[in-house]
Amino acid sequence: MDMTPMVDLMCLLLTFFMLVGAFNKPKVMEIVLPDKIKKDQKVDPPKIAESRTLNIILGPDDKVFWYGGKADATSQPPLFETNFSATGIREVLLDRNKALFDKIVQFKNDVKTGKLDIKQDSLANAIRQLKKEDDTGPIVLIKAYKTSKYKDFVDIIDEMSIVGIATYILVDINYVEQGMVEAKLGLSRTTAPLTQK
Amino acid sequence: MPTKSPRIDMTPMVDLFALLLTFFMLTSVFTPQEPAPIDTPFSVSEKPKPDANIMTVVLSADNRVFFNVDNGQDTILHYRPQILKEMGKRYNIEFTPQELRKFEKYPASFGVSIHDMKKYLNTEDAKVKEILEKGVPIDSVDNQFGYWVFYTRQINPAVQALIKGDGNVEYPLVKKVLDVLQDYNVSRFSLITNLQAVTVDVTGAKK
Repeated sequence: MDMTPMVDLMCLLLTFFMLVGAFNKPKVMEIVLPDKIKKDQKVDPPKIAESRTLNIILGPDDKVFWYGGKADATSQPPLFETNFSATGIREVLLDRNKALFDKIVQFKNDVKTGKLDIKQDSLANAIRQLKKEDDTGPIVLIKAYKTSKYKDFVDIIDEMSIVGIATYILVDINYVEQGMVEAKLGLSRTTAPLTQK
Repeated sequence: MPTKSPRIDMTPMVDLFALLLTFFMLTSVFTPQEPAPIDTPFSVSEKPKPDANIMTVVLSADNRVFFNVDNGQDTILHYRPQILKEMGKRYNIEFTPQELRKFEKYPASFGVSIHDMKKYLNTEDAKVKEILEKGVPIDSVDNQFGYWVFYTRQINPAVQALIKGDGNVEYPLVKKVLDVLQDYNVSRFSLITNLQAVTVDVTGAKK
C-alpha cells in the first residue's frame, strides 16, 4: 500500500498545528492607576519637586513633546519635539534616569555573572526595591493631546519600563499645555480658554 | 544497477507523526476570531496573558467598544450567564434559559447594546449580527459598559481586566475606558501587546 499521500498530509497538518501553537502567544503589560479621588473627599495634591518633573505630551503622528518643570498661564518653559525612535524620547529619559538605570543594569549584570546569587523571582522584587529607594530620577507626567493614538500610549508606557523610570503617572492635559502643543504644531487654537466661557 | 528502488518501511515514521499530530491538535487552543480586526501595539513585556478569570475590553480601529468575559476557572462556574442575567435585571429584560446558554457558549467578544442582545443571540445570520454590532454604549448617558464591568466584578471578584486595543484607536476613547474602569475601582489592569524585544545601550545614556 502506498502511504506517501497520507504521510504528506500528516506532515502538513503537523507543521500547521506546530506553527499555530508557537505564534499564538499574546503578552500583557500591567499598569496600575491610583484610585480616583471622590468628589466630597479632600486630599492635598502630592508635592512634587519642580526640578524633577518631566512632562511628556503625546502628539499626533507619533510625535512626542516634552518639557521640564511646570507650565502655567504666566510662564511657559520651552517645549521640545521628539519621537519614539531609539534616539528620541528614550535618550531624554535615559539622560535623566541615568543613576537608577545604571544601578539596575549593574544589578542585573551581577546576577548574570554570578556575583550575586538570588532567585529569579526575587530579581523583580530587588529591582522594585531599587526603584523605591531612588530619589534622583525624574517623575514623569504623561499627558495625551486629543489626536494622539492608543499606540503612542502603549509606546510611552513601554519606554518607561525600558528605561526603568521609578515614578510615572497619567495626567489629563491642561489648557496651557494644549496651547503649547498647538503652537508647536502650527495649529490655531481649537479650544476656547476657560475664562471666556 | 537496480531497476527498482528499495522499499522502506514507513510505519514507525507514520506512527510518530500521528502521535505528534494528535498532541499538537489537542494542546492548541484556538482563539476565536474577534468581530473586528485588532492590530495590537508592540511592547517589551514578556508576561503571558492569563487564561482564566479575565474580562477583556476590545477597542477596534473604528472606535467601537467590545466586551468579553470568561466563564471562570471551571466550566461548572457558569459566570457568563449569571452576568447576563444581572444585566437583564438591570435593564428589565428577561432572558430565556436557551438565550443564557447561547450567551455562555458564545466564543468571541460582543459589541451590542443590551437592548439588542436578545436579537443578537437569536440570529444565526452573520449580516444581521454585524449590523447590531455598534459597540457597547459607554457614554455617560447610557453607560452599559460600566454595568458590565460592575456585574462581572460582583459575580467574579477575582476577575482581571485586560484591554486589547488596535494601535490606531484614538486616545480620548482609551481615556474614557480607563475612566470607567477607575470609577468601578479597577485600578490594576493589563494591556495586551505583541512582544518586540528592544536592546538599550548598556553604557547607559549617551556620553
